[in-house]
Amino acid sequence: MTDAPTPPARSWLTRLAIYGPLLLFAVFVVFVGSQLGRETRVTVTSKLIGQPMPAVSLPGLGDAPGLTSADFKAGKPVLVNVFASWCVPCRVEAPQLAQLTAMGVTVNGIAVRDAPDDVAAFLTTNGNPFARIGLDKTGQTQIALGSSGVPETFVVDGAGIIRYQHIGEIRPEHIELLMAKLAEAGR
Amino acid sequence: MIVELGHAALWLAAAFALLQALAPWLRAPVGDAERWTGLAVPAALAQALLVSLAFGSLVWAFATSDFSVKLVATNSHTMKPMLYKLSGVWGNHEGSMLLWILVMAVAGAAVSLADSPLGDRFRALVLSMQGLIALGFYAFLLAASNPFERLGVAPTQGNGLNPLLQDPGLAFHPPMLYAGYVGLSVAFAFAVAALLERRVGPAWAAAVRPWVLAAWAALGCGITLGSWWAYYELGWGGYWFWDPVENASLMPWLAATALLHSVAVLAKRDALRNWTILLAVIGFSLSMIGTFVVRSGLLTSVHAFAVDPARGAFLLVLLALYIGGALLLYGLRASTVAVGEGFAPVSREGALVANNLLLAAGLGVVFVGSGYPLLVDVMGAGPISVGPPYFNATFGPLMIPLVLLMAIGPFLGWGAARTDKLARKLAVPALFAVGLVAFAVAVWDVRAVFSLIGFALSAWLGVATLAILWGRLPWRTPRATWGMALAHLGVAITLFGITASGALTRELLVNLRLGESAEVAGYTMKLVDVAPVAGANWTALEATLDVSRAGKPVTVLHPQARLYTSPMMDTTEAAIHTRLNGDLYAVLGKPDGSGRWQLHVWWKPFVVWIWAGGLIMALGGGLSMTARASARRSAAEPVGALVAA
Repeated sequence: MTDAPTPPARSWLTRLAIYGPLLLFAVFVVFVGSQLGRETRVTVTSKLIGQPMPAVSLPGLGDAPGLTSADFKAGKPVLVNVFASWCVPCRVEAPQLAQLTAMGVTVNGIAVRDAPDDVAAFLTTNGNPFARIGLDKTGQTQIALGSSGVPETFVVDGAGIIRYQHIGEIRPEHIELLMAKLAEAGR
Repeated sequence: MIVELGHAALWLAAAFALLQALAPWLRAPVGDAERWTGLAVPAALAQALLVSLAFGSLVWAFATSDFSVKLVATNSHTMKPMLYKLSGVWGNHEGSMLLWILVMAVAGAAVSLADSPLGDRFRALVLSMQGLIALGFYAFLLAASNPFERLGVAPTQGNGLNPLLQDPGLAFHPPMLYAGYVGLSVAFAFAVAALLERRVGPAWAAAVRPWVLAAWAALGCGITLGSWWAYYELGWGGYWFWDPVENASLMPWLAATALLHSVAVLAKRDALRNWTILLAVIGFSLSMIGTFVVRSGLLTSVHAFAVDPARGAFLLVLLALYIGGALLLYGLRASTVAVGEGFAPVSREGALVANNLLLAAGLGVVFVGSGYPLLVDVMGAGPISVGPPYFNATFGPLMIPLVLLMAIGPFLGWGAARTDKLARKLAVPALFAVGLVAFAVAVWDVRAVFSLIGFALSAWLGVATLAILWGRLPWRTPRATWGMALAHLGVAITLFGITASGALTRELLVNLRLGESAEVAGYTMKLVDVAPVAGANWTALEATLDVSRAGKPVTVLHPQARLYTSPMMDTTEAAIHTRLNGDLYAVLGKPDGSGRWQLHVWWKPFVVWIWAGGLIMALGGGLSMTARASARRSAAEPVGALVAA
């Protein structure tokens, strides 16, 4: 099966096909070599950290006042909790929100894509830790906040700047961290 | 002492690898100038023996919890069960590199002991390439990641192994995967030797075939085990995440799949010479790149052990030498390899060429998807993530024509195939495909087009494959045909599992008090109890779920929320009730503070078929491997073995 030693002449296209893999691999090596030791990012943080709160003007529950941008310029850091009555982890974090309220923290709620009756029922069952609740019926405010799911909790400082984003439910072990972030935002 | 002996054995093994690499190039000063070529075989055997000793001594250090060894101290713990003390040997960077070399040396020994149809000189060249590759990894191990390093002061206790890795599925997943990765090094060495000796042809293809099949089967097993582990250990019921490291194992598998089919064409028809060689080079290259990606910390993943640029640079240089060298040799020699024979488009080889192109396209799609986030991030466009939507939209459609062809190919003969009876042969599979789609629409209420295509294709391929065996006497059917049929049947079964579990999964997320129940897919689960339990190195809260269907008890599930003590880590242990027609998968979540427990339960229909199919594929490969090679013998056989050579 030994091949003939004198091959026919090849076009440049054939040569390209034959040396193509080597060229591609060379590009790979150069690229990878230049990237070695680069720091790899492991967490995704919201682009809104350090940015002002987006404009908020949400109706409230029943006769209660809603949530507006003015609520975030009170001079004191607050938590914004994005939740929904249809979200199970939001029930899990209810005791922790209550505990934060008891520690003197102001918590504002944004109920995402929810019906007022369902929210009311949710608050009756799980307790109401919120100073203000805004109903975000279309989810537009949630999107403007850069929040992709429920629950999420934001630390907003007294000037209305978002300082921290907590993704997922608040578990008992997170309270200390949130209090630290609030203290930091209050400085 | 034993550890020092292991370290010494590793150095000696490296010396034998050097001898193995040089043997065919040495000229004896007196007598027959070529007689030193024969040294390659004993050198390979000695190398395998010595690496086994080195590996054995590291296993011993782990088994006896010798914490004066740094690797043991950082990765083991006295309270770990023995199985996980042993699997801890390769559950870390240094140990897994030693395992890599061990598997490579064992493969070399296998090449030494097996028949060598291409002659002793060719075998010596193959062993030389293997020795050369091994040398690089010895250098890496001994200089940059010595597993036998001692600590000045031995700690009284070790750090323990990541609890997620303390699992029987994962104890065997890396060795299988490595057997596949490194098995492909034999095909790589065969390809380089063939280029050097200018012996690309049917005889070469027949000789390399069993090695490709062995590596392919091992790789398939390894991937299947890894997927199964992810399913039951990670606690949300997914089995494939298109994670970069998973892709790193999928790509060599795709290349090996293409290779074993193109080897068949080369063996039977002497076509696809350059392409087959290139695939053999690429298969192992992708294995090495995969290892490099995991070890260099270039891509962040749950699988990555260590982020160490120095090690990454070392490995990159090795890759550049080996892969670059092989591709350069390919470029130089491919232009001199006479083009093999042509072929008719409608023929077995025509179908196999189409299969190769589709597999190569799939490989490219996975490669681009895995590398793209890195590229975009470097371009300064910020981090992006390429996930299942990309792969489903690109890899999926490529697999549709592939599976369509897989059913037809085996019915075509080599050379210009007769097609007059084809329609009749394919009518039955087509009928079953339509039947299953109708059933899925009517009974399972499936409307998604992609899912319906999946059902149709799985029935089409499964029935067509069974039709190959239909009417044949089992003992008179060639083993290679059996192997091919099993492998194709495995694909059909896996495809059915993927489609059915994707389309029909039911999910339930509830908060239950003790005594309350909830229902999913006709099963009622009652939360009877939540109680603490303890294992050797963990404590857990264990729920007791009574599962019943239509009032009849089915099973009792015990999902756990575990807390490992060394290192401290929360894990969820899903409770899974497996049936042929689906899994009940229950995960215990957190208590909500008012006496209720979060429960996440899935009904995943036919999900176990995914892994059953994977193992059947690997079994088919193993069976085919034992079939006698017969280059160009039975070209007239109409429904012969797809990969028979």
